[in-house]
Amino acid sequence: MKIKQFKEMVGFGILRLCVGMVIFILVIILYDIISKGIGIISWKFLTAMPKNGMTEGGIFPAIVGTVLTTAITALLAIPLGMGCAIYLNEYAKDTLITRLIRMAIRNLAGVPSIVYGLFGVILFVETLNFGTCILSAGLTLGLMTLPWTITASEEALKNVPNSYREGALALGATKWQSIKTNVLPYAIPGMLTGTILGLSRAAGETAPILFTGAAFYLPFLPKSLFSQFMALPYHLYIMSTQHHAISKVRPIAYGTALVLIALVFAMNLFAVIIRYRLRKVRME
Amino acid sequence: MENVKIRVGDFNFYYGKAQVLKNISIDIVENKVTGIIGPSGCGKSTFLRSINRMNDTIIGARAQGRIIIDGRNIYDEDVDVVEIRRKVGMVFQKSNPFPKTIFDNVAYGLMVNGVKDKYYIQDRVEKSLRDAAIWDEVKDRLNKNAFELSGGQQQRLCIARALAVEPQIILMDEPASALDPTATLKIEELIQELKKKYTIIIVTHNMQQAARISDFTVFFMLGELIEYNITNIIFTKPAKKITEDYITGRFG
Repeated sequence: MKIKQFKEMVGFGILRLCVGMVIFILVIILYDIISKGIGIISWKFLTAMPKNGMTEGGIFPAIVGTVLTTAITALLAIPLGMGCAIYLNEYAKDTLITRLIRMAIRNLAGVPSIVYGLFGVILFVETLNFGTCILSAGLTLGLMTLPWTITASEEALKNVPNSYREGALALGATKWQSIKTNVLPYAIPGMLTGTILGLSRAAGETAPILFTGAAFYLPFLPKSLFSQFMALPYHLYIMSTQHHAISKVRPIAYGTALVLIALVFAMNLFAVIIRYRLRKVRME
Repeated sequence: MENVKIRVGDFNFYYGKAQVLKNISIDIVENKVTGIIGPSGCGKSTFLRSINRMNDTIIGARAQGRIIIDGRNIYDEDVDVVEIRRKVGMVFQKSNPFPKTIFDNVAYGLMVNGVKDKYYIQDRVEKSLRDAAIWDEVKDRLNKNAFELSGGQQQRLCIARALAVEPQIILMDEPASALDPTATLKIEELIQELKKKYTIIIVTHNMQQAARISDFTVFFMLGELIEYNITNIIFTKPAKKITEDYITGRFG
């Protein structure tokens, strides 16, 4: 009896230790970034152009660049990803081909982001001749996000009980009517959550935008979607490894990291709020 | 004279290569309750779901033969499945209210069939809830979520939902199997009321229930229709030994 209890204690202890370690690492990273970055954050830092070879001034163009590319990413990944998921889960028959397609999608989620970057150069920058610009970078990130969007959306659709579909069909609804009125309303919170998490991941990516449109140093805002742009993750990379006076710009790098983390956190929070709201409406 | 509402002829049904219904032929009488009994896996649910073509949604399912409703074979190629399902309502084994308000649940069938007139919808919802003997229990909370109802109430709500689109035939797949005796009794009384207006086919595991509520009883085994007659005869002097063995509980 005593030994049993002891084993139980050790087991739980190890599990607690795992959780504790994960939280510990997270706290250290956040503490480091926040403590070293918070000093430089000011209204001016957020809204000013970089100056003097990026040793002074703010990061406004990088914020704008990241927001715009993420918007393009969303425009591509949300409709296309949800559409694919609806087709695969609701319409496609379970054949060898659909299984292969599903497997390919799952595997695409694991392709390194630099490979997407190179693919983006070939497809958007060169073949479609968009040049290195916001549009090319956003679309490249969109392609990278698609497998995540599709997989998350499919899971959300699978979670809707089949009896909702059957019940609607039995009342004389067409297949699309049953999906539109009796499946999607209950799947959309989950679909959106997965999609927004994918988008927030894309917002922090550097490799796919490296060759497709992100610029080293542009002290003005992009004029159109066909302009080059600055982006937070790329700016951070430059400031911490490529700048000629790295130790001098350290605070700017930390400030950039903090803004990027805050942006990603805000998107995730937004996802949680949407899910909570929609779930509440549904249950009332 | 009794009218035949559904005429089934040489009906076979397959899931992939497995044949689950073999040469079923039967005439189902209008405004009567026809009970289908038989051991698990005998094809009774499949047969029920063939009558509103719900089996169409199953991959690899294939039907052969005739199910004629009002002179029209519902398996003809030019038949509109949606139209059939509006005419042949269905109540499932596990009550499946949608996660919507009580009102919207009942109005759902009207909505998907393109009814826009608000007053007509309100009338139909009230009438259907009255016909399903649940109006008095829900009239003050039509805007509450249907999940707040008890199991028995949910099942009567599902019956109301089926009635709202004014079907002629109602298929019930063990509608009371998950309910307590009081709720079961209510459903059974309701079925007696409903047969005045509708033709009802009910699958049941419960022999006493079949004896209590159905006018005709069909006995299925291993995908074959073994015996079909007036309920009283099936339960008192069945023609076949195997039917007698089943209803006296010698196997199950």
